[in-house]
Amino acid sequence: MLEVKNLSKVFTVGLFSRHRIEAVKNVSMNVSRGEIVSLVGESGSGKTTLCRMILRLLEPTSGSIKYDGVDVTRLKGKKLKWYWRKVHGVFQDPYASFHPFYRVEHILYQAFNLLPGLSEEEKKIRVHEALKMVGLNPEEVLGKYPHELSGGMRQRIAIARCFILDPELIVADEPVSMLDASTRVGIIKLFSDLRDRMNSSVIFVTHDIGLAYVVSDRVLIMYKGVIVEEGDPLTVMDNPSHPYTRRLREDVPLLYRKWEGF
Amino acid sequence: MSEPLLLGLGLRASYVLRIGEVRAVDGVDIEVPRDAVVGLAGESGCGKSTLVNVLLANIRPPLRIKSGKILLDGVDLLEMSREEVRKKVWGVKVSYVPQSALNALNPTKRIIELVKDAITQHTPATDQEVVSLCKRRLEELNLPTDSIHKYPHELSGGMRQRVIIAISTLLNPRLLVVDEPTSALDVSTQKQVLKMMLDMKRNRIIDSILFVTHELPVLRQVSSHVYIMYAGKIVEYGPADSVFFNPLHPYTKALMYSVMTPEPETRERGLVAIPGEPPSLLMPPQGCRFHPRCPYVMDICRSSEPRLVPVGEGRGVACFLHHSEVAS
Repeated sequence: MLEVKNLSKVFTVGLFSRHRIEAVKNVSMNVSRGEIVSLVGESGSGKTTLCRMILRLLEPTSGSIKYDGVDVTRLKGKKLKWYWRKVHGVFQDPYASFHPFYRVEHILYQAFNLLPGLSEEEKKIRVHEALKMVGLNPEEVLGKYPHELSGGMRQRIAIARCFILDPELIVADEPVSMLDASTRVGIIKLFSDLRDRMNSSVIFVTHDIGLAYVVSDRVLIMYKGVIVEEGDPLTVMDNPSHPYTRRLREDVPLLYRKWEGF
Repeated sequence: MSEPLLLGLGLRASYVLRIGEVRAVDGVDIEVPRDAVVGLAGESGCGKSTLVNVLLANIRPPLRIKSGKILLDGVDLLEMSREEVRKKVWGVKVSYVPQSALNALNPTKRIIELVKDAITQHTPATDQEVVSLCKRRLEELNLPTDSIHKYPHELSGGMRQRVIIAISTLLNPRLLVVDEPTSALDVSTQKQVLKMMLDMKRNRIIDSILFVTHELPVLRQVSSHVYIMYAGKIVEYGPADSVFFNPLHPYTKALMYSVMTPEPETRERGLVAIPGEPPSLLMPPQGCRFHPRCPYVMDICRSSEPRLVPVGEGRGVACFLHHSEVAS
């Protein structure tokens, strides 16, 4: 469904001495329908840059992104809206992605900008259904402002927006890293609900190899702008081939095993 | 049994605000034995950082202490004036590395200047002595000695955290208190920082560590005892492995079911979400504070509050499910 080929992003910084930072180097990957894929890497590995390029929020330096066979790398205007209807992003801090002056109702209705031609009644039904699906009571939250909600609830609103749009691919950039353990699992489950009910695909972008291991069908390990390893999570963890993955496996704190020599 | 290094009894502390009273620490008993790593686990807003401040007698408005007793190495901290505590306790008997330490260093001063500023409060050592003390400590812990002459930004996150912890214990306090020391670091750096702290204990630079974090896998690796905190109260405590592998309180159980580690057991066990959200401490629920989210809730849980009761083998739990066992 999604085909990323030789994608690169180079940032140049500095006014006089142009300094080049290759954030993403020649990355190729693909995602099939209904698949949950995790992109794992530490901070600075280029995983967020890659995800922003896939979401078409950032112009790639070179390479191509194809969606259902259509090259979307340089789409503009109406065509780009078509793509955004299919591919939706959920970010780490939903507080930062919601306009603080708008009530939840307005935030959710904004989604209909991408879905023209629905009657008011249909819109209302969709919003209410979406909120119920993410475990929120519409009467309770629709009139509230983002700051009146907890982090977990805000993230649920962001996911409700996904349910309204019924996207085919969701790119979730660290969606739970700001949440507490007890609310984290609830949010993760919503993404698998999206997959199960709507056959959406999900790309989790995360630093948390544990999360990737538990929820995904396939993991991609990213290190210094390159995807260094790829496979089903069990194989990758049992038998890591790249030194970075091996180090990751050795250093991540586990629950059922203790570190040797500690 | 020797007396514990740190003992907090019947601690109650609140933030007194115009909108009401936030009971962040509401009747907590806690003990840090000698030669132990005690983990304090709980979610953000459960009061764990406040509890640490109370235990260190670092109480400033709007935080107020209502009742309780804190014995550090046999000395009652609440009997002392703040000035006395600052001179004779902090840095001398107990060192505290708060959550924000990594980014709270004055960027315009070299590390050694910061150390000198802090240490002259406690000891009459000369600058020369402080420098050699620092160098010896860093050497002992296999850290580069030249880092003390650098500015904070010149050190990487992990190195900065290790240097901070190493020099915060220059005066060999018996207890080191760390609040989320590794949550901003990647896993490899995290492991180095944890290893260094355990080395410090092995080398007898410190006796015990009180480790505050929300990450259970980290506590599993380093701690000998754990306390689980929920909404201002301790709900369960005991030896780490026995709490982790035989959790008694439904909240502890639920936490275990939400841990995601890359292990086959985690996948087999699966993930179970806890419904709802942690309560506001301005208006905590009646009865047991976990009851609105608890799958085992009974009538009694809605009306009365369970006390933290010892259940043997150094363990304790605040839950009516286990009180009946104690009674019979």
